[in-house]
Amino acid sequence: MGIIGRTDRGLLADWWWTVDRWLLTAVLFLIVSGLLLCLAASPSVAERLGLNEFHFFRRQMVFLVPAFVVLIGTSFLTPRHLRRTALMLTFVSFVLVGLTLVIGPQVKGATRWLNLGPLSVQPSEFLKPAFVILSAWLFAQSMKRPEMPGGLLATLLYGAFVGLLILQPDYGQTVLVTAVWGLMLFLTGLSWRWIGGFAGLGAVGMYAAYNTVPHVARRIDRFINPEAGDSFQVDAAIDSFIRGGLLGEGPGEGTVKRILPDAHSDFIFAVAGEELGILACLALLGGFAYIVLRGMRHALEEADPFLRLATVGLVSLFGLQAAINMAVNVALLPAKGMTLPFVSYGGSSLLSMAFAVGAVLALTRRRGAHGASLGRSVWAAPMAPGRA
Amino acid sequence: MSAPTLPVGTNADAAVAVPVRPATNHVAPERRMEARTRIVMFAFCMAFAIIAGKLSYLSIVSDGREQEAPARDESVPIPRPGIVDRTGRVMATDLQVASLFAEPRRIIDVDEAVELLTSHLTGLDAQQLRAKLDSDRGFVWIRREVGPREQEMIHNLGIPGLGFRSEQRRVYPNGRAGAHVLGYVDVDSQGIAGIEKYLDDGGSLYVASLAEPDQPAAAPVVLAMDLRVQHALHDELTKAMERFQAIGAAGVVLDVHTGEVVALASLPDFNPNDPRTSLDATTNNRVTAGVYELGSTFKTITFAMALDAGTTTLQGRYDATHPIRVGGFRISDFHAKRRVLTVPEIFIYSSNIGSAKMALDVGLEGHREFLARLGLLERLRTELPTAAPLVPSNFSEVTSMTVAFGHGLSVTPLQLATAGAALVNGGNFIEPTFLVRDRNVASSLARRVIRPETSEAMRQLMVFNVADGTARRAGVDGYAVGGKTGSAEKVVDGRYSNTALLTSFLGMFPGYDPRYVVLIVLDEPRAAEGTYGNRTAGWNAVPTAGAVIRRVAPMLGLVPRAPEDLTNLTPLLVQAEQ
Repeated sequence: MGIIGRTDRGLLADWWWTVDRWLLTAVLFLIVSGLLLCLAASPSVAERLGLNEFHFFRRQMVFLVPAFVVLIGTSFLTPRHLRRTALMLTFVSFVLVGLTLVIGPQVKGATRWLNLGPLSVQPSEFLKPAFVILSAWLFAQSMKRPEMPGGLLATLLYGAFVGLLILQPDYGQTVLVTAVWGLMLFLTGLSWRWIGGFAGLGAVGMYAAYNTVPHVARRIDRFINPEAGDSFQVDAAIDSFIRGGLLGEGPGEGTVKRILPDAHSDFIFAVAGEELGILACLALLGGFAYIVLRGMRHALEEADPFLRLATVGLVSLFGLQAAINMAVNVALLPAKGMTLPFVSYGGSSLLSMAFAVGAVLALTRRRGAHGASLGRSVWAAPMAPGRA
Repeated sequence: MSAPTLPVGTNADAAVAVPVRPATNHVAPERRMEARTRIVMFAFCMAFAIIAGKLSYLSIVSDGREQEAPARDESVPIPRPGIVDRTGRVMATDLQVASLFAEPRRIIDVDEAVELLTSHLTGLDAQQLRAKLDSDRGFVWIRREVGPREQEMIHNLGIPGLGFRSEQRRVYPNGRAGAHVLGYVDVDSQGIAGIEKYLDDGGSLYVASLAEPDQPAAAPVVLAMDLRVQHALHDELTKAMERFQAIGAAGVVLDVHTGEVVALASLPDFNPNDPRTSLDATTNNRVTAGVYELGSTFKTITFAMALDAGTTTLQGRYDATHPIRVGGFRISDFHAKRRVLTVPEIFIYSSNIGSAKMALDVGLEGHREFLARLGLLERLRTELPTAAPLVPSNFSEVTSMTVAFGHGLSVTPLQLATAGAALVNGGNFIEPTFLVRDRNVASSLARRVIRPETSEAMRQLMVFNVADGTARRAGVDGYAVGGKTGSAEKVVDGRYSNTALLTSFLGMFPGYDPRYVVLIVLDEPRAAEGTYGNRTAGWNAVPTAGAVIRRVAPMLGLVPRAPEDLTNLTPLLVQAEQ
């Protein structure tokens, strides 16, 4: 580390010595693995769609540039700036998500996308991390200043987001957002009686979705009784893990990617299983677990409720999405459209996760001797209600 | 959200105030958040552990699978069954052949390889071979289907980079015989014509039923065809086509009681061993895939209809003195007698006027219904692909009259033969088949279309026609052949041509107890030596049918009998002549 001296007090040097470099390394590990797997899985999907073999790979490479900028850039932000960025992002994304309902094209029966020239973006992806940060702040406010309607605002925010997601419809994201929001609520000190009540409400919600939305019911039925219907993707995924064994068939030797429609996105973990083996899958799983647990350890050390809630919320968002995706791949959960963060193909998801993890890096920067004032400023000068 | 009141923080506006920090709870919020964060961490650990557990479990399953893999071989492919004729003679079979290939990248000494190969395999071009082996390709064929002796010789040369690949080759040992029924397969052994196609499409269940369980073997497909009869039919048609310089010839022999196609030939034909010979459009199967206005042979249908409807009897009479003029058409007779004719006379003189009047007596509805009953208005269903008949959209009086003598309705020859079989077998319509069929099965498929008495009258008329009428040259001593001729003018450039004829003969034998129907069709036959300038059916299609029957009747185990006494019909003829 000869380039940046420890005594250097420049912006870059400050960042380098305060950022959690282990966390950063783990994220880079996931990004590189994702790129390799995209190279393995996407050509056969592209070929099936009549595109250039490297269509998805090239696009993923292109997406990686802004994603990297967002990741590093976000990690430079102070908690206060992060909060403002999140507020802005929330506002813009809400408008965009609302627009998807009006002008968004239907893709596989849902309107989740907006076409912007050659790109199509999924605004709900960007809303997720911004929503978590904003909710964390509102919850923190309600803890510190009971006279402020923080809890009510957080509820309204949650209601609005979930309402839009159901209208799209996007049940997978609804479950994810609800889980993360509930988790933060749980951390703020909700009494166990209320937790029981919410759990009951959640169960009622699931039951209602099962009874009123045929597509959800089909997926759950299929999961409970695989003989009942077409569980082609999940069966093929399980098959690929079995074929791969411990060490895999070898890179490029996979066959399941040729038949799975979502081999490059939702089922990339299965491709990893077949080509690189279950040991590689365990390494990938370890990478996700490491990021989640390290993020949470930081949260434990933090005293400020906003920093704590936001950190736990963001790593939970990241970790839950990864866990759900992997659980679907190994047939522990019914199939739902959820990508594996940093590994699956997809620009919106990549950028959104880059922002989320960049935010975690920003929130977990060491605020020691020279950073103390920064930390204190957060405590000392909470945002005035008027700014919200 | 159903709960606008959040239990976090007290809300002045809320209807229900929920204490966030209940008085009973003495833990500081910071401590509680820390504890609950640990719970969340624990939950995540559990979730990741469960996924890791499932992954490990799958790797164990994988290990088990690899161990049992060699023992379990459930993928015994169903081999393509052979095809035999009804007596068990091989019509199609698979041969294992070796094909020689090279992997140019692995060849060490190209010069040596070229020298050795050209000196051991005849007909290899040294220069082309060198170009192939010098290339940077991974795989090139040197020669497909090498004989076993050559294979061993090349194997013993020990040239690195050469190899043999075992291939299946479909072989039809009888060449052209039965080609149209057999069809052929493509390079991947997929049937693409004839019964071969049927075995992969509609008959795939039947093929699966032939396979031996757990063994790479299958019982052969048994055709209805008798190779000897097939050969005789093919041979006589070839001779006729040559003699009368026809552009095409077709024939079919049908078992009237089972619907089995005992022989089917269509010329020009092709060799299924070399499917390229079938690419010419003239080689299509005229019996099943071509539709024709078959002319006077169709009068058998009209007669059966009129007799069965009871609008006339064998003693009936119709005035054929003057041609019929209707809607700008003029219907006249080729062998015009210009007098009143009895029903048997109309048959043996092939009177268009008489036939048209017989059809009019039955009526439009009755005529249409009878044609439908004999399956002449829709596509015939059988194992081979068939053409749909060309049915006039408006079945008017004129149409009825022309159809009565075989014009205005185009059907496949197989349809007419099938209808003909129903007319002489006692009155039962049986769908034809190219696969062997039991008589009991056939009788269960049979559908009564005319009364047995009508069938008996038809039998007498047809036998009488060969004995004393236009079809004398089909006569074969001892078998009392019966039948009806037809010489239809072909439509050339939208008009009936009086130079291009389609001649046909619908015959049956033996006349004393019909067992087989024969239909012979010649396309544009010309006058030949001994026909005195005639081109009509009586001079070409009829003697061809006679020659076929003469050859095949003994093969089919039929016993000759003394000719039948048909004196019940003779007076009708003589009476009218007076």
